[in-house]
Amino acid sequence: MVRVIARRLIQLVVTLIALMTLVFFWLRSLPGGPVDALLGERATPQTRELLIRALGYDQPIWVQYGRFLKNVVTGNFGNSIRTGEPVTDVISRSFPATIELAIAAIIIAIGLGIPLGYLAARHRGRLLDNATIIVTLVGISIPIFFLGYLLKDWLTQDVHVFPPSGRITTGLGNTDVTGFFVLDGLLTRELDASADALWHLVLPAFTLATIPLAIIIRITRASVLDVLDEDYIRTADAKGLRNATVRKRHVLRNALLPVVTTIGLQTGALLAGAVLTEKVYNWGGLGTLITDSISGGRDYPVLQALILLAAVVFIVVNLLVDLSYAIIDPRVRVQ
Amino acid sequence: MSGTGGISTLADHKRRRIDELTARTAEAGGVSLIREAGRRLLRNPAAIVGAAIILLFLVIAVFAPLVAPHDPVQRFPELTKELTVDSIPGATAGHPLGSDPLGRDFASRMTYGARQTLFVGVLATLIGLLLGVLLGAIAGAVGGWVDVLIMRITDVMLALPSLLLAITLVALASRSTQWTVIIAVAVVNVPIFARLLRGSMLAQRESDHVLAARALGVKRKDIVLRHMLPNSLTAVIVQATLTFAVAILDAAALSFLGLGDPDINRAEWGLMLGVDGVRYFEVRPELAYFPACAIILVALGFTLLGESMREALDPKNRR
Repeated sequence: MVRVIARRLIQLVVTLIALMTLVFFWLRSLPGGPVDALLGERATPQTRELLIRALGYDQPIWVQYGRFLKNVVTGNFGNSIRTGEPVTDVISRSFPATIELAIAAIIIAIGLGIPLGYLAARHRGRLLDNATIIVTLVGISIPIFFLGYLLKDWLTQDVHVFPPSGRITTGLGNTDVTGFFVLDGLLTRELDASADALWHLVLPAFTLATIPLAIIIRITRASVLDVLDEDYIRTADAKGLRNATVRKRHVLRNALLPVVTTIGLQTGALLAGAVLTEKVYNWGGLGTLITDSISGGRDYPVLQALILLAAVVFIVVNLLVDLSYAIIDPRVRVQ
Repeated sequence: MSGTGGISTLADHKRRRIDELTARTAEAGGVSLIREAGRRLLRNPAAIVGAAIILLFLVIAVFAPLVAPHDPVQRFPELTKELTVDSIPGATAGHPLGSDPLGRDFASRMTYGARQTLFVGVLATLIGLLLGVLLGAIAGAVGGWVDVLIMRITDVMLALPSLLLAITLVALASRSTQWTVIIAVAVVNVPIFARLLRGSMLAQRESDHVLAARALGVKRKDIVLRHMLPNSLTAVIVQATLTFAVAILDAAALSFLGLGDPDINRAEWGLMLGVDGVRYFEVRPELAYFPACAIILVALGFTLLGESMREALDPKNRR
């Protein structure tokens, strides 16, 4: 087990180095390099010269590359071009917002997805099943930013149920401890702040959950149908086991294995979806940071770090999912 | 399987899923399967609905000039004079869907949108498919370190969620055009097609028909081109059908993020939804509703057809 983890961690590092290498050389292969992209075409030769020297672009490419790798390893991503702050500060400030949103979304996707998928499979071919199939198909075909605007329009303009944007009502005087507003409220006993943050979270989380939810429903349904066909279910039924026992111990346990994998893969969809969702609801997390770093002149130091972070999160989550496999499926442990 | 267990953890699962899919379709191979799959497809209402939607979309795209009431880029004085900050004229005589924010005929833009959306979707899919198939075929046919290298590159690409990879690619180009969007969306799909084809080639390398051809002394090049490639194509076609849906959704998302085609004359649904549709959502939501419904419908059509094809080709469903 330890060896498996060690091997996977080494693989992770190698992939990340490869990814950073690609990004590094790509940036430097741009016509004019990052300098032109940063300054625009109207910059004077003097400012260009200054920036080139400041960024170290006057040195040989291998020196630059070596220094770049060293910086990455020591967690030094340089300063944001837009604001001048260290990239790590900019990112750690936005990080909790996105994680809070992503966790809420995945809770919705799992909490609704597995029961709905299971119910659809149990009622195969009937109204509930067909309705589920159609809704999930639309769910994976709808541009989620459009869904975001729809929900926002219906539930914040037509009916004032939810707040239209932001993470918390401004001027609430909440204490910032961890940056996770719901958690902060609980920690400092400012329960009204927690409730307010949760209220702000509902629409964005549902928007972000759309695709993972639809996919989890579909996978659960297909997987339950597969398992229901198995001989051991027939055996369990024939033995006269109680229905609830068969369902819990035989059907669900086996059917959930592929679902766990899917959940890991959906972190990818969550990261990408966060960029869209955060723009719709003005959320101010990493997604907003990506959009801002691109639209206001390309902020390459921030972008580089964000790309790396996204890859790390995606790979680590999938690693954890793999390891959780060993816990829930004894067959994997044997291998 | 040779060449796996290498650098990346990432989407070991993504990879396994693709490989599994290929193995399933590849081992089935052969003409009778395709004929049988075709028969099964025709009996599947989901496939028929999907195909009908796609056909309708194609007809509108091809005959756009005949279907559209007007030129999609012309600004009409009778529409522009009624444009204000908070109102965009709705349906009037001669303009069944009203105006867009620049006083152009919205119905015509929707119609021509079918054409542009088809263009973006088809090109993004085709470029991804060709590059992926080429890389996958080389990896599968040559093997050795070439295989390892190509697969490692696809691993790195799969380490980023697809839309994020597309965003990265567009962001790395200093300026967006229609082509940066198409290429970014295409490149995202290259690793998927490459793995798909490689897996299928590997599965076939040991299959009876390839062994027979080799025993008969057929040249390696001919074995690859005549025997292995054609048999891998069913899986590729299924994947391409599904990719189309993702491609137009990704293109729409890029437009929404301000990374889309900057040409204001371009009538493409993703662009119409992601830029004007969203910006004027409170003024005239129809500007978002129509392109959004068109995108949903087309994506749905391709997904339905693609999944029915996959299901029909799956030997597990063989009766």
